[in-house]
Amino acid sequence: MIYAILRRFGQMLFVMFGISVIVFLIFFATPGSDPAARIAGRNASPEVLEAVRHNFGFDRPLYVQYGLMMKKIFVTGDLTSFVNRGWKVVPAVLDSIPVTLSLVFGAAVLWVVVSIVIGIVAAATRDSWVDKLLMALGLLGISMPVYWLGEVMNLMTQSRYHDTWLFSWVPPLGYKNFSDDPKGWFLTLVIPWITLAILYIGIYGRVLRAAIIESMQEDYIRTARAKGLSETRIMLRHALRTSLIAFVTLFGLDFGALVGGSALLTEVVFGLHGIGKLTYDALQNLDLPMIMATVMYASMFVVVANAVVDFIYILLDPRVRTS
Amino acid sequence: MMLSVRDLRVSFRTHEGLVRAIDGVSFDLNEGEILGVVGESGSGKTVSLLAVMGLITDPNAVIEGSIRYKERELVGLPAKELRRLRGNEIAMIFQDPMTALTPVYTIGWQIAEQIRAHKRVSKSQALERVEELLAEVNFPNPREAMSRYPHQLSGGMRQRAVIAMALSCNPALLVADEPTTALDVTVQAGILDLVRKLRTTHNSAVVFITHDMGVVSELADRVMVMYAGRVVERGSRTELFSAPQHPYTRALLGSIPPLTGEKPRRLPAIPGSPPSLLRLPEGCAFGPRCPVNYEPCRTGKPTLGDGGHAAACFRVQA
Amino acid sequence: MTISRGAAVSNEAVAMPRKSRGPWALAFAKLKRNRAAMASLAIFLLILIACLSAPLYARWAGVDPFSSTLDAVIQIDGAEVPVMEQSTEGLGLGYTPLGPTWRLGNYFLGADSQGRDVMARLLYGGLNSLFIAGAATIFTLIFGTSAGLVAGYFGGVTDTILSRFLDVLWAFPIYLLAISLSIVMIAQGITIGPITIESGSLWLPVIIIGIVYVPYVARPIRGQVLSLRNSEFVLAAINLGVPGSRILWRDILPNITTTLIVFVPLMMALNMLTESALSFLSIGVQPPDASWGTIIQDGQALLYTRPIVALAPGIAIAISVMALNVFGDGLRDALDPRSKVQLGRD
Repeated sequence: MIYAILRRFGQMLFVMFGISVIVFLIFFATPGSDPAARIAGRNASPEVLEAVRHNFGFDRPLYVQYGLMMKKIFVTGDLTSFVNRGWKVVPAVLDSIPVTLSLVFGAAVLWVVVSIVIGIVAAATRDSWVDKLLMALGLLGISMPVYWLGEVMNLMTQSRYHDTWLFSWVPPLGYKNFSDDPKGWFLTLVIPWITLAILYIGIYGRVLRAAIIESMQEDYIRTARAKGLSETRIMLRHALRTSLIAFVTLFGLDFGALVGGSALLTEVVFGLHGIGKLTYDALQNLDLPMIMATVMYASMFVVVANAVVDFIYILLDPRVRTS
Repeated sequence: MMLSVRDLRVSFRTHEGLVRAIDGVSFDLNEGEILGVVGESGSGKTVSLLAVMGLITDPNAVIEGSIRYKERELVGLPAKELRRLRGNEIAMIFQDPMTALTPVYTIGWQIAEQIRAHKRVSKSQALERVEELLAEVNFPNPREAMSRYPHQLSGGMRQRAVIAMALSCNPALLVADEPTTALDVTVQAGILDLVRKLRTTHNSAVVFITHDMGVVSELADRVMVMYAGRVVERGSRTELFSAPQHPYTRALLGSIPPLTGEKPRRLPAIPGSPPSLLRLPEGCAFGPRCPVNYEPCRTGKPTLGDGGHAAACFRVQA
Repeated sequence: MTISRGAAVSNEAVAMPRKSRGPWALAFAKLKRNRAAMASLAIFLLILIACLSAPLYARWAGVDPFSSTLDAVIQIDGAEVPVMEQSTEGLGLGYTPLGPTWRLGNYFLGADSQGRDVMARLLYGGLNSLFIAGAATIFTLIFGTSAGLVAGYFGGVTDTILSRFLDVLWAFPIYLLAISLSIVMIAQGITIGPITIESGSLWLPVIIIGIVYVPYVARPIRGQVLSLRNSEFVLAAINLGVPGSRILWRDILPNITTTLIVFVPLMMALNMLTESALSFLSIGVQPPDASWGTIIQDGQALLYTRPIVALAPGIAIAISVMALNVFGDGLRDALDPRSKVQLGRD
């Protein structure tokens, strides 16, 4: 087990390095354009351009440039925005992390719980109308653009049905710090959580249903029946438990896509000032240093999160754990 | 009479029509008796015993006939009551020990789960019992084996664990479905010894399903030979081995390698292959492969007569 | 004691003698029986045809969906209605675009904030969305398959380098990679050798989306090629001295075509969602061009007054993606039921 964890850890470090190199190459070595001009932003004076060139080492070899960039982002944290003059980028990123985490973890809890329930119900009622309805709804969840769903949610909860008993509790868009106002924190996040979870409930419910149905064909389920266990126990303790391994694997893969993708879009739609919103604003201003920092931090976080999920996987599957 | 099966029929609805997997099987089993059920794959030997266990879960299956266990009718018994028997009074051992255990739980946990499903005992009491059971099936270090996961054990050891599980509630009836087929020859002997010992220690009746006549000759008190969903011959072991009546039984016996003397270069094989259950031939199902050419076999279906030793064959009955 | 093979011939009891039809014909017959899949295909084709007729619709309706027409006035039931109405709320300074008229060819879905016909833009936007999704699918399949073939077939150092690179790309969150690529390319375009792509070109989102999903295709293909590479018939061909390129082309490629075909609709569904998201983030299709994603973004400002502008393209995306997913599932069940191809995630 120690070996498996160490191996995974080494892999994580390698991937982190690889991603940082790719980001670096995309930003600084794309053919046909001047990176200094992009970093300095539109209408930069020649002096600023010169300063940027020197500051980022564009007159020096690529590996020095890479080192300088990594130092600015992760060590000294003194990368500054040129669009918003002098704004320190790294602290802004760090400040936004709790917002993103609040969104992602809340949604993850919701989607894991609901999709397990849906997966079990659909598998247990296989091929009935309940199963078909759940799977069709799941497919619909997968097929809607998440930011659009967010807008529809806003339309209903903020505007059209805001004055009805159903949604009158929904606070205006924005984020409240958990430490200042726990109730406000929760209420502002409920609709974003649901929005983000709907997509993943669709995917996970479908995957879990398939995995459970596959498990139910296994010989050990027949053994469990021969033991005289109840169908409920067979489903929960045997079929579901073995299916969860596939579920966790997928979770590890998607968690990354979520933090770096759907969560970004959800933040934009609901005005949550997390990493995603920060990236979005920077995109609108072509604020390159900010984008570099958010991309770098977010991808590193994703890689670490994926590794953590894999460690959980190692704990879950005795075949991996004990070998 | 502990188990009495009468005219059992199992059919499956498929796209291509109704498949009669079991077509009128009857047999009896006494306490402490070992019944060998022999036949090729697809002859219905497993399906008939799965029906006894109530383990046919296919919604397209239709089960008819009567299965009486200790004067209780099992066909049509509510699932809940059937479950109380299963694993408790009637236990089953499956063919492939590699896949018969849930991969994510320890051996000890899985056996204890069965005990706790049927007996009102504490967890620690159940685990004590597990240790006894594992010792009984010759685990060298039962306490340690309890905390093992299935993938950490060899095939033979897993099958021992499965047997320990089946024995955990002292079943009156044990159904063993080819328990040695997936195992090495050397391991097979140990498992057979175990099954034989069972009868003496637990006084359980055993139904032993196999396609291996050799195994039957070592183990069974009585034998039932199946072909295409029907019983073609039944009798005591001595009757069947010394005076086989049905041509199919004879052919099966011909394919056991002799234990002494010179080994033949090639064992005689039965020509042809078992018929599709969807397209059973007119008349006797074994007819097209039968070395005997006899007119009545082309039109009528032979039935098994009464009596201890009987064969479903017009030639024999003639 | 040995198990005698003579008596133990294993045979499928219910095996049926079938009319010998090719695997493709069988798969096609199976697909045709899947009503949900066929209905989805029909819906998708209808959407495609509708979008292809966008120029016809615009000419018939007499609107220009790419320039603002704030002072246009249209006729509804004989009455003259301005496309942009003076707002009656607040200080009355703002303008609200016309709502849906539900009259085909006459601002069916109303106007957007530039006074443009939303229906016409929806059709044009769909054309772009579908084009980008389709072209990016082809891009991904070509590069993903090549990478998977080369890595799986040649093995060794080539495989190690390629696979590590794909691992990194795989672990890179899709949107972050796409954002990085877009921000660099969208502003100034890109020049690779003799090919220059302008900053507003539709090919940029094609390339960006194409790149980010390469590992999703390359990794499973590599695995498949690897096992084919070690199969009897390929080893035999190698021993006979058949050149590698010929083995790849004649023996391996045909064996992975089913996987590739299964990828197409699922990949396309995924690409549509990705394209719309990038366009929504303003790093996909650039104005004045439209795609369903950009129309949703335009509609965001009108969400509470004229929600149809944002709703309509979203519904169009959801229907198209759902149709592609259902068809893709059916295709997979028909062609390659054991495969685990599952792309329906964001």
